[in-house]
Amino acid sequence: MTDSAANGIDQDLVVHLGKLARLELTDAEVKHYTLQLEQILGAITSISEVAADDIPPTSHPIPMENVYREDIALPGLLQEDFVPGAPSFEDDRFRVPRILGEPT
Amino acid sequence: MSDLIRQSAATLAAAIARREVSSEEVTRAHLDRISEVDERVHAFLYVDPEASIERAREVDRQIAKGELSSPLAGVPIALKDLLATKGVPTTCGSRILEGWRPPYNATIVNKLYAAGVVSLGKTNMDEFAMGSSTEHSGYGPTHNPWDLERIPGGSGGGSAAAVASYESPLAIGTDTGGSIRQPAAVTGTVGVKPTYGGVSRYGIVALASSLDQAGPCARDVMDTALLHSVIAGHDPRDSTSINAPVPDFVAAALKADVRGMKIGVIKELQGEGFQSGVLDRFNQSLEILTELGAEIVEVSCPHFKYALGAYYLILPSEASSNLARFDGMRFGLRVDDGNDRSVEQVMSATREKGFGAEVKRRIMLGTYALSSGYYDAYYGQAQRIRTLITRDFEAAFNKVDVLVSPTSPTTAFKIGEKLEDPLAMYLNDVATIPVNLAGNCAMSLPIGLAPEDGLPVGLQIIAPAMADSLLYQVGSALESALVDRWGGLLISEAPSL
Repeated sequence: MTDSAANGIDQDLVVHLGKLARLELTDAEVKHYTLQLEQILGAITSISEVAADDIPPTSHPIPMENVYREDIALPGLLQEDFVPGAPSFEDDRFRVPRILGEPT
Repeated sequence: MSDLIRQSAATLAAAIARREVSSEEVTRAHLDRISEVDERVHAFLYVDPEASIERAREVDRQIAKGELSSPLAGVPIALKDLLATKGVPTTCGSRILEGWRPPYNATIVNKLYAAGVVSLGKTNMDEFAMGSSTEHSGYGPTHNPWDLERIPGGSGGGSAAAVASYESPLAIGTDTGGSIRQPAAVTGTVGVKPTYGGVSRYGIVALASSLDQAGPCARDVMDTALLHSVIAGHDPRDSTSINAPVPDFVAAALKADVRGMKIGVIKELQGEGFQSGVLDRFNQSLEILTELGAEIVEVSCPHFKYALGAYYLILPSEASSNLARFDGMRFGLRVDDGNDRSVEQVMSATREKGFGAEVKRRIMLGTYALSSGYYDAYYGQAQRIRTLITRDFEAAFNKVDVLVSPTSPTTAFKIGEKLEDPLAMYLNDVATIPVNLAGNCAMSLPIGLAPEDGLPVGLQIIAPAMADSLLYQVGSALESALVDRWGGLLISEAPSL
């Protein structure tokens, strides 16, 4: 197990990660995940043993190229296809909570 | 034809084609089996018997008119619940998608329907395919038909258990780190992870896009070859789909020959951490392969010991990005709307309520690995290790035709045994993960029961990318030698439920 200084995992960081990940974590979850992330990262740090600075990274198993297709119009989804699955739909639009400003 | 549920898909398809039995009769037999045993197995999250029977009747009509001659026409199948099925609930094992009905079909689903395959329903899985036991499903665990107190593997435990309990002759799984192969191993069934890009990912809810691949589950090698042939092939809707002809997997399975082949045993995937009975069966299989005319060679893949660490950085990183779409805005659950809550608050409340513990854990891990200050040390390093693992495979395949290892280090463990210990759970995938990182293909097939617990053991065959045919050729050779010894498939030893 690595020391916490190396991976920086503490409750403040876990709260911050929860915010970034849009997860409204409970206090109990923050404590739990602090321990578990520490433990998991501790077990994973063995990968830093490998001196690999000169090795090119692989992001994908097959060489990727941009793929083009013929510019032909094809039928897409109709509103009636996806409206039933929407949590809230009004006036031909997805209704969402307010995106600006603080609560009054 | 009697005992329809115990027949192979190949046998059923041939009988349906000859009009000796109808797809409707075959479908009904499996639906009856589901209503008889699934309360105990819980392989399925959704069945719609009326829709399945209606579909089977339509297929029967098409066959009668000579309009359908696909090699699996009329045969039922179970679909893992992360395949989008138009108008049919698709939850990915998550409460966040409870009740959601996709507006379109995955390409695989369209291919299956076009081939006259009849869907029985959607199978249980670890939430968003994160897990090795199906205990992380938001809808309760699936039980292993060999021992209902044990896990059926994961994430595709529902698909494997459906096949193992004779609820379905065929199933579709997806494999990101072993989710087809490990469930196959612990349920005594066969599962194949095709070469990355060999099967379309369009309409498969993404876990880790550079690792995910869908593939066939069945009770014997030939049935997986037949199913793989139906779902394989280029799809313009998937930019990572390989545009190349699909090899003849069925011919490869019929060839069933290892004479003169070099088979590599991976030094790093045996020994410590592997259950003794698993290694006993594995070593016995090596002897059989030698008797069949193969040469067994030990090979070293020195970077495999870092695969698990690299995987548990790459997967959570990709998953945390992919799962950002579950924000409660356009589909699925929305929590705490109104009360002048902001969009961020509603998203956070929705995701907090809708996701289970393992999904949150991996989202946090991925968010961490991609955050500034840690990116190079974790995600960057993991990607370099991915390169080294791919090079290990390349070096190995310069010396041998295929590689073998035990699929899973242990047989099926008890439900609840590893649930609170994520690291112990992650170790189940130690032998399967390298293949996903490199993007090549592998199969798991049953090789016997571990003497100490009487539970199934799986052997993994690994072939180079695009050489999936070799899996079928070697797999069917070993299977047929084992069946000769056993007097039938291993699965026939399973309790009758």
